[in-house]
Formats: sequence, structure tokens, C-alpha cells
Amino acid sequence: MRRMSTVVGGVLAAFINIFIAVALGGILILAVGEDPIAALDVVLQGAFGSLDGLSYTLHYATNFIFAGLAVAIAAQANQFNIGGEGQAYLGGLGVTLLCFAMPGFPWYVALPFAIVAAMAFGAIWVAVPAYMVARRGSHLVITTIMFNFLASLLMIYLIVNQFREAGSMIPASAAISPSLELLRFDQILAAVGVQVPESPLNVTILVALVCCVLVTYLVWHTRWGYELRAVGANSEAAAFAGIPVNRVIIQAICISGGLAGLIGVNEIMGAQHRLMLDFAFGYGFTGIAVALIGANHPAGIIPASILFGALYQGGASLSFLFPSVSRDVVIVLQGLVILFAGGLVHVLRPLATSAVEAVLVRMGMAGERI
Amino acid sequence: MDYLALLLITASALRLAVPVLLAAIAGLYAETSGLIDIGLEGKMLVGAFAAGAFASLSGDPWIGLAGAMAVAIVIAMAQGFASITLRGNQLVIGLAINIIASGLTVFLGIAWYQRGGQTTPLADAARFPALKLPFAESIAHVPVVGPLYNVALSGHTILGYLAFATVLATWFILYRSSYGLRLRACGDKPEAVDTAGVSVVGLRYSAMVINGALCGAAGAYLAIVQGGAFYRDMTAGQGFMALAALIFGNWRPGRVLAACLLFAFADAIQGRLQGSVLAGFEVPTQLIQGLPYLLTILLLAGVVGRAEGPAGAGRPYVKGER
Repeated sequence: MRRMSTVVGGVLAAFINIFIAVALGGILILAVGEDPIAALDVVLQGAFGSLDGLSYTLHYATNFIFAGLAVAIAAQANQFNIGGEGQAYLGGLGVTLLCFAMPGFPWYVALPFAIVAAMAFGAIWVAVPAYMVARRGSHLVITTIMFNFLASLLMIYLIVNQFREAGSMIPASAAISPSLELLRFDQILAAVGVQVPESPLNVTILVALVCCVLVTYLVWHTRWGYELRAVGANSEAAAFAGIPVNRVIIQAICISGGLAGLIGVNEIMGAQHRLMLDFAFGYGFTGIAVALIGANHPAGIIPASILFGALYQGGASLSFLFPSVSRDVVIVLQGLVILFAGGLVHVLRPLATSAVEAVLVRMGMAGERI
Repeated sequence: MDYLALLLITASALRLAVPVLLAAIAGLYAETSGLIDIGLEGKMLVGAFAAGAFASLSGDPWIGLAGAMAVAIVIAMAQGFASITLRGNQLVIGLAINIIASGLTVFLGIAWYQRGGQTTPLADAARFPALKLPFAESIAHVPVVGPLYNVALSGHTILGYLAFATVLATWFILYRSSYGLRLRACGDKPEAVDTAGVSVVGLRYSAMVINGALCGAAGAYLAIVQGGAFYRDMTAGQGFMALAALIFGNWRPGRVLAACLLFAFADAIQGRLQGSVLAGFEVPTQLIQGLPYLLTILLLAGVVGRAEGPAGAGRPYVKGER
């Protein structure tokens, strides 16, 4: 039960954030001499205008749901996991090793094992930073930045020196066996007679949605979730009430790492079918923007993931049509969202909440809970 | 490895250390005043872009340097406004600056220069020349010391020498001036500074001006001295390396310098060590590249030494609140 004004105010603040970021992006596009309205149209067309574009949007959104949930669950304990990218690489490593260990198995047999492997690798990778936060009081932000670089270097070493096929110049592992490739939606549609171009959207999006349900249940409907939120709200009070604060923080951060690791399932078994360098480049940061816009709740994270998936996909068509506009404008939007919705959250959200409160008072609905 | 090779490695390490050192000292001012700054990378990147743009436009490296410093100061002021005046979350604001900088520099680079994010290559006149130190040639034949002076220490650019001088100046400012005393108090116990009638907000803004100027200089070194143009994402994590050096150097100018030199030497010898075998084990270059981060983690984990930053860093200051 939360006050209606808080919930509606949060949604309003999210929309204001998106609006400011998109407006500033529009000014940038105007500054380089292109038409921002036409650009926005191209982005929306590219992201939603065709079945093909839509499935790419949802494929990216799948990654961002995992990344956003990862940031959100750590944020419930007042911890800021910016190492999602590194944890995703390790998750991908776990998936790749599993695929090489189970060649020829059907994908539906391997998928549960792959999920476990991805989560385990992601969680183990973040276990050291988690331990350092709880026992040494180190900043999770600083340690996960360092671990991102280490993960990236580890992947370069492993891919170039261990996984690369003999004679190949491409920094990628060998392909996984075709039976392990996850079922794609274009294959499902083809089975019922609808022909669509091939796109990477695959069954992992269902895994992502299940994760949303599980995270909601875990955080808001279990004893552990209550402890987690208590630690996040006031760790001293939580400790006084007998909650093992350090243990809850370590567990939350490890679950966070595990969720980020699942990006590896989507990319390696679902899309690229081999371990590539930089397959999760920038996804950890996008996850932060997604979690911030989604107010750290799965109900907000799903639409926020689709929004950023659309920006990724639509941004690509932007650079095709306007040579002087690069898709990096999407990165700028992400940064602006993180600045407004994250760095300055306490400036905007109270304003939005009190505005909503004022409206509710007029309507005679103040104090109602939903 | 002979003596000359060692000297050449030293010379290259000194060159590699400069941008990281400038950024680390920039971070030192911010964090000493009580502001955690993970936006060093972004400000360096913007500085490098501005340096590339101003230097190629004017043909003068000094104008490139001044432009880089000015633009980076503007970003640092925006960061200061968000974290000091609006009291936002310093870590998230720094992160946002990095992301905006990486997108914006490429976006503007492609729009303005149509070279895939690169600025116009700089002519020699638009770059800082290598300076021969006095008597470098004449004492080159003195055994041991001569080559050290001539090969390793001489022949750097004015910006490089200024970077090392900055460390000394910073030590003097922080530990031998009343401004430095106030700045250090501002990071450790801002209430005390406030009680003494000195403005915490003013001190933190002043630290961010210096921070921006040094980040701009670090970026200018990358674009004008090392790269000869701005390239997309040319900082390549050096702002984070500076953060690691700052922590590894325990927030003290001399130790930060030592950390930067250590990291730079590791960087300089990694090319040489490539594929060589140490105790029957081939050393992966990635292990050496990861050394700064690994060492910083070990330090933070308490395996080697201790890391103790300014006590009040990261918390916005609210007058009258304890």
C-alpha cells in the first residue's frame, strides 16, 4: 500500500524526466541542422513501425529488463550496482562454457542449466565487491567500476587466447551447436504460417518477464524482501530490529549480479550464438537509466526497458537517414535521464508529488492508497 | 634488458603518466573538499574534444589548452551546481557526466567533422614541441646520469613538465597554505569550517574550478600531445585509472604521483613483456593492464595497506544539520 500521490507523483516525475531528456536531445539535433520532429518520427518508425523493428526493440528490451532489475534489487538495499556490464560478460562466459559442455542437446533442456550458469557466474563476479561493501565499507560504485575493467580484460584474454578458433582473426569463440540456439519468435510465427524477417527476439524475453514476477514477489511479498527494504530504508534501525544487515546486503548484491548475468543467455544462446567481445557494451549503464525511470519496480522497469529498447533500435535507423546525426545521441539521452532521474531525484520527485497531492486534495481524494 | 631500454621505458612511462596524473590531482581537489568525483573520465573526454577543436581551429596549442580547460571548467561547474547547490547524489551525477560526455563528443564530432568522430588532425605547429632540457646534449656522455637526463628526463613537452610541477604546487597548497587547511577541513568536517565562518559551498566550488581546469589539461594532453587529434572515446578509461591512483595514493599528492608512475610503468613495459615467459608461465598483457584496478581492489579490500579518504566526502552539506 502506497500513497496514491507518491505513486502518481513518481510516474509524473518519470514522464517529466523523459520529456526533458528528449527535448534536450531535440535541441542537439537542431543544433547540427536537422529537424528534430522528423528525427523523432524516424526513431519511432524504426522502433515500432514494422514487425521487424518491433522485434529488435523487444530483443534489446529483454537485455534492459535484466539490467534494470539488477540495478533495482540492489537499490532496494540502498546499494548502487554499476557493474552490470561486467557481470553480464561473466554470465555470458558461464553460458558459453555450458554450451560447450552440452553440445547437441536441445535448447529447452539446456536453457534451465544456462540460466543457472549465467546467474552463478554473474553472482560470483560481484561477490567480492559485495563482501567489500558489507565488511569494509567500500563504495560499491568504485569497486564495480574496477571490476568492469577487469571483466573486460578477462574476456579479451579468454576470447583471444582460449576460445578463438584456430586461424580466425575475429575475436569471438566458436559457434555453439545449432540445437542449442534458442527458439526465436520469427520461427514461432513461421510455424503458424506468418512469414517475417529473421530477428533475434527469442524465448528469453519470457524468462525476463518471469524474473519480473519473481523479483516483485521476492521484494514485496516475502520476509526476506521486507528485511531488504528495511535495510534500504534505514540500516541502523534494521540492525536494531535484529535484521542481519550485512548478510542481506551481500545477498541483494549477488542476486543483482545474477540478474545481470542473464543478459548472457539472451545474447549468446538467443542472438549471436557465440561469445563475442563487448556483447554487453554499455548495458550496465542503460540498466541504471531503466531502473531510475522505472522507480526500481518491475511494473516500471518493463515499460522503461521498451522505451530504451526503442531508442537503441530507432537510433540505428536515425544514423542511416541523417548522415550528420549519429546514434550516440541516444547515449546522451541516457546520461541526461540518469542525471535528472538519479542524481537530482530529490529535486524533481517531491515537486511532482506535491503537485499531484494538490490536485488530489481538490478532487477530495487526498490520502487515498493504492 | 639493457640500461638504454630501461631509460626508454622510463621516458615512455613519464609520458603515459601525465594525463592520469593531471586527472588524479583534479580528483584530489574535489575529494579533499568533500565531493566524490567519478566524472573525471567524462571531463577529460570533453577536454580532449575541446582541445582538438580549438587547436585545429586556431593552429595554436595554447589556445587548444585554454579552450579545453574552459570547457571542462563549465562541465565541472554544472557538476558542482548539481552536487553542491542542488545536493544531488554525487556518484550518480559523476556517472551521468561520463555517459553524456561519451555520447556528446562522438555526436558533435561526427556532425562537425564528418570523420567518424575524429577531429581534424593537428599540424605540427598546433602541437606542443618536445623540449630539450638545458645541457642535455653536453652531459649525455657522463656515465649513468647523462643518459638518464638526456633520454628519460629531457625531451618532454611543456605540458608534461607542468603536470609534474602541479603535484608540487598541490602539495604546497594543500599542506602549507590556509586555503589548503580549509579545503582539507571542508572534506573531513565541513561543520567545523562553517563554524569558523568560512563558506563550505564557496570552498567546494573553488575546488571544482581547479578540478575542471586540470581535467581539461589532462584531456588536452591526450588530444594535442599524444593523439594529434581527438578520437572517439580516446580517454579509454584513464579517468577511472586516475580514480584508482587517487585511492591507491591515499588522497595524498606525493603518493598519488607514485601510484600514477607505478601504473604508467606497468603500461610502458606491457608492450615489451608481451609473449615473454616468467617462471615458466606466459604473462598475459591483460594481466598487466588490469594491474592498477587489481591493486586498488586489494587495497580497498584491506589485503595491502589501508585506504582512508576524506571523512565527509560524498555527503552534501546542509547548514545547521548534523
